[in-house]
Amino acid sequence: MTTNETPANVPEPAAGKGAPLLEVRDLHVEFHTRDGVVNAINGVNYSVSAGETLAVLGESGSGKSVTAQAIMGILDMPPGKIPKGEIFFRGDDMLRMSDEERRKIRGSKLAMIFQDALSALNPVLSVGYQLGEMFRVHQGLSRKDAKAKSIELMDRVRIPAAKARVNDYPHQFSGGMRQRIMIAMALALEPDLIIADEPTTALDVTVQAQIMDLLAELQREYNMGLILITHDLGVVADVADKIAVMYAGRIVENAPVHELYKRPAHPYTRGLLDSIPRLDQKGQELYAIKGLPPNLQHIPAGCAFNPRCTMAQDVCRTDVPVLHQVTERDGAELPGRGSACHFWKETIHG
Amino acid sequence: MGRYILRRLLQMIPVFIGTTLIIFLMVYALPGDPVKALFGDKAADPATVLRLKHQFGLDKPLLEQYWTYLTNLVQGDLGTSFSQRPVTDILTDAIPVTIRLSLVAFAIEIVLGIGLGMLAGLKRGKLVDQLVLVVTLVVIAIPVFVLGYVAQSVLGNELHLIDPTVNDSNDLSQLLLPGIVLASVSLAYVSRLTRTSIAENIRADYIRTAIAKGMPKRRVVGIHLMRNSLIPVVTFLGTDLGALMGGAIVTEGIFNVQGIGNTLYRAVLQADGPLVVGLVTFLVVVYLVASLLVDLLYAVLDPRIRYV
Repeated sequence: MTTNETPANVPEPAAGKGAPLLEVRDLHVEFHTRDGVVNAINGVNYSVSAGETLAVLGESGSGKSVTAQAIMGILDMPPGKIPKGEIFFRGDDMLRMSDEERRKIRGSKLAMIFQDALSALNPVLSVGYQLGEMFRVHQGLSRKDAKAKSIELMDRVRIPAAKARVNDYPHQFSGGMRQRIMIAMALALEPDLIIADEPTTALDVTVQAQIMDLLAELQREYNMGLILITHDLGVVADVADKIAVMYAGRIVENAPVHELYKRPAHPYTRGLLDSIPRLDQKGQELYAIKGLPPNLQHIPAGCAFNPRCTMAQDVCRTDVPVLHQVTERDGAELPGRGSACHFWKETIHG
Repeated sequence: MGRYILRRLLQMIPVFIGTTLIIFLMVYALPGDPVKALFGDKAADPATVLRLKHQFGLDKPLLEQYWTYLTNLVQGDLGTSFSQRPVTDILTDAIPVTIRLSLVAFAIEIVLGIGLGMLAGLKRGKLVDQLVLVVTLVVIAIPVFVLGYVAQSVLGNELHLIDPTVNDSNDLSQLLLPGIVLASVSLAYVSRLTRTSIAENIRADYIRTAIAKGMPKRRVVGIHLMRNSLIPVVTFLGTDLGALMGGAIVTEGIFNVQGIGNTLYRAVLQADGPLVVGLVTFLVVVYLVASLLVDLLYAVLDPRIRYV
């Protein structure tokens, strides 16, 4: 683990050596809709340090994007509401900050990369304008200086002929190039933490790899924290340090990346891993977790996964499992591993 | 771009010929003899009638008359009104008045229309929004002449806040009420259009991006949201400028503004064929130019639109 790279201009009580950059504690998010309350996030805890990559894995509706939006402070409120929880960024609870304080952090210290760059970029403003805006608003640079910086940034994310293309509009770029522009925008002010919400989902497989490599490289270069939100287990393996698996608004398992692939400690994680197509199983039927993700207005009692779980017992239908510290057979603690399953021992140790 | 404009200009020729021909045929196909009508109740002297008919070329076949009209038009001659005044003279008197009135109305339409639309769109579902929706609906539902006469008699004749009629069209304050009346319906449409457009775009991904970039609210709304939301509104405003200039017949009539609309109204009543055709020709040109400008403006506002 590395130290926080820059001495901050504000006193940071908790941001010493090794202290996490971002720490989410017992976060709850609900949406008040006409049909009732949707419990999107039900007590999420995770943390990211500088230079570290956390992958948040889950199906659609598992709450991985909502958590990210809550961290960024871009949830629509109302209908969204954060009834409980804390989000510490460099030691300060962002949920207690004023709107203006949070705005200043957004984009400069905390940046986000969205899934579909075509719709996430403003169609009627040139990419140079949209990049330059970061410098003009946050650093008060002139239009001209901001433009020069934008060209520099476009070079940095390896957009060919940046100087000639700075005045082009988003629709004039290819999907991969557009995503590079999104990355450049997030990177503009060298933030401490970047949240990438399915950054490669909308791209071709070959382009996906390029974008992930670029992201990983830039992260190393700037020693940033990175939260990578994805449903693609393949993307995660190469770049992430640790993984948090989400289900129905909760983290059901977290683990260092390779441990999770080797020995999942939650039936849901195991189901996900088993459903990856493998070459040595060619011709066999692909495994799929049966059933559907729960309706967040009516999350099943007990463990939310119990209706789909092959190991479910009576206790799973009544008691919500807490995130247990996962240990070896002999009781030795496995650092950074947790599983929210009543039968985690049976799952990991067979 | 240049080629596009050239093509559009060339396309205007058949449109222009088609519309003027229709107007020409309609005016001259009207029942009754306009020359005899010039004599009013008095008996027309057949010799004078013949002389006048010859002077205005009315004794020639209709298509030949149209051809004469077109060839004169190319030389900038719109013909002579039955009142013996050249149509171009009448136009040069009326056009500035109408332009002034249209611009007053247009300014009101832009400021109030977009302003109310923004307010309603940003506060969707709130009281302000409901209020704007109801008021604009009422304005759209009331015919302009009702609104015009009510405004005139209440503000002018009862409360004496303004002159009921416009005496001096150079005085912009006198044009204010006619301007509001003229703008009213378009204003209502502009607010509704702006409101819908804003309410739609405010949910767009790029707005979320702008917020995530830490842009201040006024920048998110003023630049990212408005720049996109105003595209359909500007298109409407452009075509409406043409409509304001030609569509002021009722308003100009009520408030006695001596513009194109009023002149056209009287020309129709007096069956003054050359004058009607001349005025309509002018309006056709205004419409054609306005719609070309709108199409060009569209590309400036939305870079995704390319002209080929």
